[in-house]
Amino acid sequence: MSVDRGLLSAKGKIMTARNNIVGKIDWWLLAIYVALVSIGVSAIYAAAFNEMHPSIFDMSQHYGKQFLFAGVSIFLGLIIMLIDAKFFNAFAYIIYGLSILFLLYVLVGGSTIAGSKSWIQFGSFSFQPSEFAKFGTALAVAHYLGGINTDFTKLKTQAIAYGLVLFPMMLVLMQGDAGSSLVFLVFILVFYREGMSGKILVIGLVAIVLFLLTLYFSKWYVLIGLAVVFAVIVFIIEKTRRNIWGLIAVFIVSAMFVFSVDFFFYKVLKQHQRTRINIILGVEKDIYGVGYNLHQSKIAIGSGGFSGKGYLQGTMTKYNFVPEQHTDFIFCTIGEEFGFVGSFVLLSLYLALLVRIILLAERQRSAFSRIYGYAIASIIFFHLMVNIGMTIGLLPVIGIPLPFLSYGGSSLLMFSLMFFVFLKQDANRMNIL
Amino acid sequence: MIKNRTNYSSRKYVVIMIFSIVVLVLLVKLFMIQVVDQSYKHSSDNNTLRYITQYPARGKVFDRNGRLLVYNEAIYDLMVIPRQVKKLDTLDFCSTMNISREYFNERMIKARRYSTFSPSVFMAQITKEEYGMIAENLHKYQGFYFQTRSVRNYPYPIAAHTLGNIGEVSKKDLERDSYYKSGDYIGKSGIEQFYEKELRGEKGMKIIVVDVHNREKESFMDGQFDTLPVAGKDIFLGIDAELQLYGEKLLKNKTGSIVAIEPSTGQILAMVSSPAYDPNELVGRVRSDNYTKLLNDTLKPLINRATSGVYPPGSTFKMLNGLIVLQSGAVTAKSAYPCNGKESQPIRCTHSHNSPVALHEAIENSCNPYFWETFRDMFASSRFASAKEAYSFWYDHVLSFGLGSTFKTDIPSEVSGSIPKSSLYDKVYRGVWNALTIRSLSIGQGEILVTPLQLANMAAAIGNEGYYYPPHLIKSFSDGSAIDSVMTTKKVIDIKSKHFKDVKIGMCRVFEGDHGTARFSKIDSMQVAGKTGTAENPHGDDHSLFMGFAPADKPQIAIAVVVENAGFGSQWAAPIASLMIEKYLRGYIKNTNKEKRFLE
Repeated sequence: MSVDRGLLSAKGKIMTARNNIVGKIDWWLLAIYVALVSIGVSAIYAAAFNEMHPSIFDMSQHYGKQFLFAGVSIFLGLIIMLIDAKFFNAFAYIIYGLSILFLLYVLVGGSTIAGSKSWIQFGSFSFQPSEFAKFGTALAVAHYLGGINTDFTKLKTQAIAYGLVLFPMMLVLMQGDAGSSLVFLVFILVFYREGMSGKILVIGLVAIVLFLLTLYFSKWYVLIGLAVVFAVIVFIIEKTRRNIWGLIAVFIVSAMFVFSVDFFFYKVLKQHQRTRINIILGVEKDIYGVGYNLHQSKIAIGSGGFSGKGYLQGTMTKYNFVPEQHTDFIFCTIGEEFGFVGSFVLLSLYLALLVRIILLAERQRSAFSRIYGYAIASIIFFHLMVNIGMTIGLLPVIGIPLPFLSYGGSSLLMFSLMFFVFLKQDANRMNIL
Repeated sequence: MIKNRTNYSSRKYVVIMIFSIVVLVLLVKLFMIQVVDQSYKHSSDNNTLRYITQYPARGKVFDRNGRLLVYNEAIYDLMVIPRQVKKLDTLDFCSTMNISREYFNERMIKARRYSTFSPSVFMAQITKEEYGMIAENLHKYQGFYFQTRSVRNYPYPIAAHTLGNIGEVSKKDLERDSYYKSGDYIGKSGIEQFYEKELRGEKGMKIIVVDVHNREKESFMDGQFDTLPVAGKDIFLGIDAELQLYGEKLLKNKTGSIVAIEPSTGQILAMVSSPAYDPNELVGRVRSDNYTKLLNDTLKPLINRATSGVYPPGSTFKMLNGLIVLQSGAVTAKSAYPCNGKESQPIRCTHSHNSPVALHEAIENSCNPYFWETFRDMFASSRFASAKEAYSFWYDHVLSFGLGSTFKTDIPSEVSGSIPKSSLYDKVYRGVWNALTIRSLSIGQGEILVTPLQLANMAAAIGNEGYYYPPHLIKSFSDGSAIDSVMTTKKVIDIKSKHFKDVKIGMCRVFEGDHGTARFSKIDSMQVAGKTGTAENPHGDDHSLFMGFAPADKPQIAIAVVVENAGFGSQWAAPIASLMIEKYLRGYIKNTNKEKRFLE
């Protein structure tokens, strides 16, 4: 192959790629993304507003930096659009391996920020490998399950798939970042779509209910309740007598679960994590210790009312009543300044994004693209649920960012990366035979 | 590449349903707090919330009879939130506050540098009178408000070392304990420091809605989120204020210390360290100036000599040697030893008396040869295989009186003194040593160093005939909560009580005998047991020492007195101790001539 021909064909590829992009890109999805990022920068502008530096482009301020990160993200998106769509499938394991290496490195030589040892410092820029690991895991799972010979009904396949998720999850947990490690649990939705038994999903749900009940009430009450429920079931099916041993087994497993939750809560969790959960459950009231953030955040959101106080008019926001407001508590600003209407619009945008990704994922010809789409939808979903849930007191204060909105280059770039890779896969779907 | 397997694509509906349900739940909750629940709307656009820390009253301190030693006095801090300062007429403000424009600028820049959102102290410690003037006009100055604080006040100018003082938290304190915020007060020394947790109480938080005119409008959400401050516990000390005051008067213009203990409980009745200072000097705006002055004083008034001054116990230590040789069985109370007075070898006697002497007379006359010879006989006793073994018998018993270590109770700045280990002699004498080598221990000289506190505790243990409670300052908390069990655990000494009785007889003869070294300090109708001491001081004149207790049979007070560089124990320490005992037991001094030379 002569040099000229090579050059020519490369040029041709770029040309076709460009044609594909313009024609095949899902503009709706991209529009939602741009809307969310813009809302993010404006909200950070409101939250971190400094009257001495009123320009949104001021690089010494959080909003200036976030504006820069947004620009970098778009640029990154452009590059991804130009890269061959097969690249991410082909390099899935390498990217996964790299993310694992980062996680291991952080355990040895990471910097501690806000209590967890989960950051890598590059000069003045710090980045959180757990964010990158989510992307790597999504790729790896999609690559593995999307393989031609992979049969999810086989036990071995399932074990490997779960292992791919659990390994980085354990590493993140070992960094002391319990919140980020929980995110990996959401892959259960991906597995479900790929053929995991629906029972596991139900069991997962029951487990969450039992978990919460055990924390609310003494484990003994929960056990008595369980016993009563099972006794009733036994009584109903008494005539048939079938499955009585199975039922007993289920009861024993449930009881063991209750005990282990109790053990986990009192022995494994650290005091500050326990306190956070207790405050959510209303067991503890502590408005200027750990509960301070939550209390302030609820007041800020609640004071927004139906239509909000207006942009840059939020008094709670302006007077810095909510700590960490530009990062994990960014939703407060929207809640306060735009009220319920704003919350509704924002959540609708997120739901539209999620549903759109799922629908697009379903139209993929390649299993890799479909699974990857499910993975990122699930990750975004989990972040959304936990982040907003914590700001309004539905869930414990777990420090994970709101996708595309929270301040932070590491988070915005990672979510953008995940997003654009999917957008590229989708735009390229027709090229896959 | 399309796989031909079971098609799960209908499961997308389940996933989408899960997404939708969760978003719906979030929206419902948002609707509840943003639209349904009106309570969050109290702060309208023009209102802001102000968080006011409610400082609890710091616990008061009383003496054993309920006399107030430390209480709080209200002062006011003028706070500023720079961000909320608007349309300020600076000229008017400065004239109301009686400050210069420069001062105003300086303070504002400092406050702004700290934070524009959070309150900082604009002017600290404003008195009640000034407060009244400013408060009337405060509505004109947005962003300024008052915060009530309190400072300590001491009705008796006594026991500064014991009571300690409070000061602003240091950076270290802030890092160590998140309870404290910049500008808070914390116990810096003495019992203020030791009982910080009990005295400080718990801060409360009041949230109020403030309108645009800087007027406090109402409690936020009817005070639902307010927390009430919990006042600190009051503390009752074992100190007797009158006795303490008297002790400080007696030691005025001298260097030294007095420690008095109630033997039945271990409570400190008085702890005097001279030179002392008035605790009121270390309060408020004058604190730092006075502190520097005290720090640079050559007599080191900040040092608590009662607990951190170390002295050779001299003859006061002879009681311990008497007890230990009796316990060893090598000597009985009746065993008599000859004394050649000044001619005695290897240690001469400094008193003239009959010879030979047994224990009682030996204590009365403070006979050095007797204590050396009994010490030697103990080492020679067949009971011990070697000098080292005898020494460890002696050493263990000495330590059981609380010497050589700190008591680890609530007493501030204790040092452990020193009782030499046998390994020290092994090192110095290359393993070859015997009773003769270490003979100076027999008369309380040599390598032994004790604090006045340890000396007083030794007196208490002898008075109790074989046990003591670790000396401590606290008597009780106002709420009746228990004091640390370290202070209420009885320490028993492994020496028979009959030996203590013999030693006590000797100690009574120190006052009552014809040759008693403290016979001039006798108190009418009170039986005092004690022992004088003159500690050789390589750095200057000898120290005058005394330790004792009264009444001899059932002691209510045990005491140790050290007067530095004052010569014989009988001249200074014993009369001071005798006055203290009489003051405590009788309440007054019968023969006021005795106290004249100390109070002039």
